[in-house]
Amino acid sequence: MATEAHGADDGGLVFHPMDQFIVKPLFGEGAVGVFTLTNVTLWMALTVLAIIALLVMGTSGRATIPTRMQSVAELLYEFVRKMVEDVAGKDALVFFPYIMTLFLFILFANFLGLLPMAFTTTSHIAVTAVMAVMVFLTVTILGFVKNGPAFLSLFWVSSAPLALRPILAVIELISYFVRPVSHSIRLAGNMMAGHAVIKVFAGFSQVAMIAPLSILAVSAMYGLEVLVSFIQAYVFTILTCVYLKDALHPHH
Amino acid sequence: MEGDIAQLGQFIGAGLAGIGSGAAAIGVGHVAGNFLAGALRNPSAAAGQTATLFIGIAFAEALGIFSFLIALLLMFAV
Amino acid sequence: MASETHDAAGQAASTPGLPQLDFSTFGNQIFWLLVTLVVIYFVLSRIALPRIAAVMAERQGAITNDLAAAEDLKVKAEQAELAYLKALADARAEAQTIVAKAKAEIKAELDAATAKADAEIAARAAEGEQKIEEIRANAMDSVKEVAKDAAAEIVAVMGGKADAKTVSAAVNARMKG
Repeated sequence: MATEAHGADDGGLVFHPMDQFIVKPLFGEGAVGVFTLTNVTLWMALTVLAIIALLVMGTSGRATIPTRMQSVAELLYEFVRKMVEDVAGKDALVFFPYIMTLFLFILFANFLGLLPMAFTTTSHIAVTAVMAVMVFLTVTILGFVKNGPAFLSLFWVSSAPLALRPILAVIELISYFVRPVSHSIRLAGNMMAGHAVIKVFAGFSQVAMIAPLSILAVSAMYGLEVLVSFIQAYVFTILTCVYLKDALHPHH
Repeated sequence: MEGDIAQLGQFIGAGLAGIGSGAAAIGVGHVAGNFLAGALRNPSAAAGQTATLFIGIAFAEALGIFSFLIALLLMFAV
Repeated sequence: MASETHDAAGQAASTPGLPQLDFSTFGNQIFWLLVTLVVIYFVLSRIALPRIAAVMAERQGAITNDLAAAEDLKVKAEQAELAYLKALADARAEAQTIVAKAKAEIKAELDAATAKADAEIAARAAEGEQKIEEIRANAMDSVKEVAKDAAAEIVAVMGGKADAKTVSAAVNARMKG
């Protein structure tokens, strides 16, 4: 690993910005099998618990005048529901639980990943790619089931001059298949970059002279990361809605 | 610290790929700035377009993230 | 390449290369991700979302009901105000009639009293005039007698003889003229 080439023994700065992303078994050492309990399992379980705490325990009062927890739960509910309705249309509300699941998982995984010593599950391309491919498959299958071959008109830009249409079709096709890639890498890359940058700044605090500056920088980056955590969850969800709209109403 | 010419190439390449992040920053700034200019001209229409703003920022940023990824790949994976 | 540097650095604890690209952990991550998503999906679609939807619908219903009740109360208040205004107007009208009646009664009484007083005054005046008339008549008679006597005396003094009849006739004629 390139950063480790510095080594701790030659007295220089020691950066391991990527070590926080290593998947390792919770108990003991050894290879990571498919069913091994790993830190991924732990933090995903915590994500589930946090979601249950907020959306199930928080609303258990069923109060007409909501408690604080219930207000937050209702806020999230309204937020996502309105997004689905506004962007993808009323007939996309069937997919509301699905989109809500993605949104809440990403949001809580991002926020939990910001805790010190935490493992950020959404910083892994394996995780985000699965979600992006799920969205991609859903949208593609739904598009063909709802519209039949007419779904292909998504790639045939009827408003462009006839000569340009084949070229545009190729571009549209490519951009369609790049969607899951950009969709997943955006989220994972943002998370990874933010955490790595924080780690790098934290590494600078080993030098006493610039330690205050590095702590300041870590604090600033942390604030930015809180924002980015939410925005990336929002962007992932809204792009899902946009893709869903394409599947439901391909004629743009 | 010993190295070889391939590692040199990796680091230089990663540094060059880092420029892409700056380019993405320009793109994001363009999107946000133009949104703000439009929003100040017609504030009543701005609220309905925040979703579009975020989508635009996301698209601009995705390409920056690609260059960041290439930098990471050069640094750690090649 | 990465593994070479890795070996050179002698850090045994690290996985080769970028942890995100360590394909040996992909199966594990994907498995647990799917478990997580399925659990979240079921928790949301079975418990959380219907509950939140129900609570919000209930709140909407409560708000609608309260608004309707408020509307009812407002209508009632308006009706009460109308009734109050009507009662007020009625009372005013009644008071008006009572005042008018009282005024009329007083006026009638007053008129009667005035008429009575007028009549009395007229009677008194008539009586007074009659008395004056009488007095005047008496005075005339007295004047006649005095004139007859005076005439007779004058005639007697002037040496004539005058009988009472002629004198009184002459005096009467003179007095009439």
